[in-house]
Amino acid sequence: MNTIGVPIDIRLPLTDEAVASLRAGMTVRLTGPCYTARDAAHKRLVEMLDRGEELPLPLRGQCIYYVGPSPAPEGKPIGAAGPTSSYRMDAYAPRLLALGLKGMIGKGARTRPVLDALRREKAVYFGAVGGAAALLARHITASGLIAFPDLQSEAIRLLTLEGFPAVVLADSYGNVFPEAQA
Amino acid sequence: MREISCAALQAAVTELFLKANREIAPDIRQAMEAARDAETSPAARYALEQLVDNYDCAREDGLPICQDTGMAVLFAEVGQEVHFTGGQFTDAVNAGVREAYVRGLLRKSVVADPLFDRRNTLDNCPAIIHASIVPGDRVRLLAIAKGFGSENMSRVGMLTPSAGEQGVFIYIVETARLAGPNPCPPIVVGVGIGGDFEQAALMAKHATARPLGQRHPDPRYADLENRALDAINALGIGAAGYGGLTTVLNVAIESAPTHIAGLPVAVNICCHASRHAETTL
Ligand code: SF4
Repeated sequence: MNTIGVPIDIRLPLTDEAVASLRAGMTVRLTGPCYTARDAAHKRLVEMLDRGEELPLPLRGQCIYYVGPSPAPEGKPIGAAGPTSSYRMDAYAPRLLALGLKGMIGKGARTRPVLDALRREKAVYFGAVGGAAALLARHITASGLIAFPDLQSEAIRLLTLEGFPAVVLADSYGNVFPEAQA
Repeated sequence: MREISCAALQAAVTELFLKANREIAPDIRQAMEAARDAETSPAARYALEQLVDNYDCAREDGLPICQDTGMAVLFAEVGQEVHFTGGQFTDAVNAGVREAYVRGLLRKSVVADPLFDRRNTLDNCPAIIHASIVPGDRVRLLAIAKGFGSENMSRVGMLTPSAGEQGVFIYIVETARLAGPNPCPPIVVGVGIGGDFEQAALMAKHATARPLGQRHPDPRYADLENRALDAINALGIGAAGYGGLTTVLNVAIESAPTHIAGLPVAVNICCHASRHAETTL
C-alpha cells in the first residue's frame, strides 16, 4: 500500500481487533492513554525484568511512545513532543512485546528481530513525523509522571493522546511501509 | 584593542540558541514549502504538510521546533584585537547556553559522561566550542543546536587518494542511503573534504549551516555538490522516510589542504530542523 488515505480513528489501549485491522501504510489518529519511554528508561525496564522486579507500568495491550519532550510551558500539559529514532530501542523491544506490549510510536526503520516480534506477538509499529514536535504536542492533552524522574526528559510518563496523527510503519502481518524498507 | 564584556557575549549566546531553536531560518522554510508543493507521493506530502505547519505551531505555542533542542555547538571567530573583560570566555558561553536552555524551556540533552555516568547535567552544558583567531576586532558567532537523530547518522571516512572524486561522491551518497529514514529527512548534508581526521569533521559540521542554494566557490566542488544532491534525492527516501521526491535540501562541501597519503571525507547529516543562528559582536 503506498497511498495515504483518510485517517482511521484508533483508540488506545489497542484491542486485538484493532491491531488486526491495521495495515502498513494506513494513516491513523490515535486517541487514549500511552506511555513514554526512550533509551535510558528501556534500559532500566529490562534490568528490572532481569532482576525479576515488577515494572512501574502495565505492558499488556499498552502503547509506548518513544519521546523525550521538552519542558512544558506554564499552562500546557507538555512541551514539544515529536518521536525519537526507534532503532535505538530495538535491543529491548522484542522483550517488551513478548510481555504484551501492543504498540510503539517512533520514527524510522526497525530491525528484523522487531519486525518478527510484531508478527509473532500481534503488535504494531506506528510512525509519527520526526521534527513535527510542536504540532504533535497539540494532540497530547495530558501528561503525568510515572517513573524514573531522575531521567528528566527520559522519565516514563503517561500521556493522553487526542487524534494523534501517525502512519502504520509495520503491521502484525510482516508488512512494512514503505515497502522499500523491508 | 577592543573590549567586549563577557556579559555581552553571554547574552548574545543565549539569544542565538533561543532563536535557533524557536524560529526556522527563512531559507529552510521556503525550501520545505517548495518540497511540499512539488511532492507527488501522498505520504511524503502528508509529512511535509505537518512539518511546515509545525513551524507555525511552535511559534504560536511558544515551543521549540523540535523537542531535541540539541547539543549546543558554537563556532566563534574571534578577532585578535578583541579583549574579553569581566570573566572568562568559555564560562560566558556556557552561562549563555545554560540561560537559553533553562529559561527558554529547551530540552536538556547532555549527560556528564558518555560511558560510565550518563547523568543529565541539567543545563545542557557544556557547549561544544570551536574558537578560531582571525584578524580584526570583531567576534563572529555561529550557534548550531545539533539534534542527535541526524548526528548519529554521520560518518568520517579516511579514503585514500586513489578514491578520487568518484570515491568521495559514493561515500557521501552512501552515508545518506545508510541513514535512510532515521535522521528526519529531508536532510541537510554538510561535507568536509581534506584536512585531517578532525578537521574534515569540523568542516562538515560548519557546512551544515551554509545558506541553502549557496555553492562552493570552486566550480568543480559546486558540481560535486549538485551531483550528490541529485543522487541522494534519487534514493527516494523522501520526507520522514515515507518515499518521495525530496530527501535532501542541500549538500554543502568545505575543502582544505590535506596530506599526500590521504583523502579524508566527513559527512555530517542534519535534519530538516536545521537550527542555526549567527551574529557579530
Ligand atoms: S533528527 Fe532533527 S528533526 Fe529529527 S528528532 Fe532529531 S532534532 Fe528533531
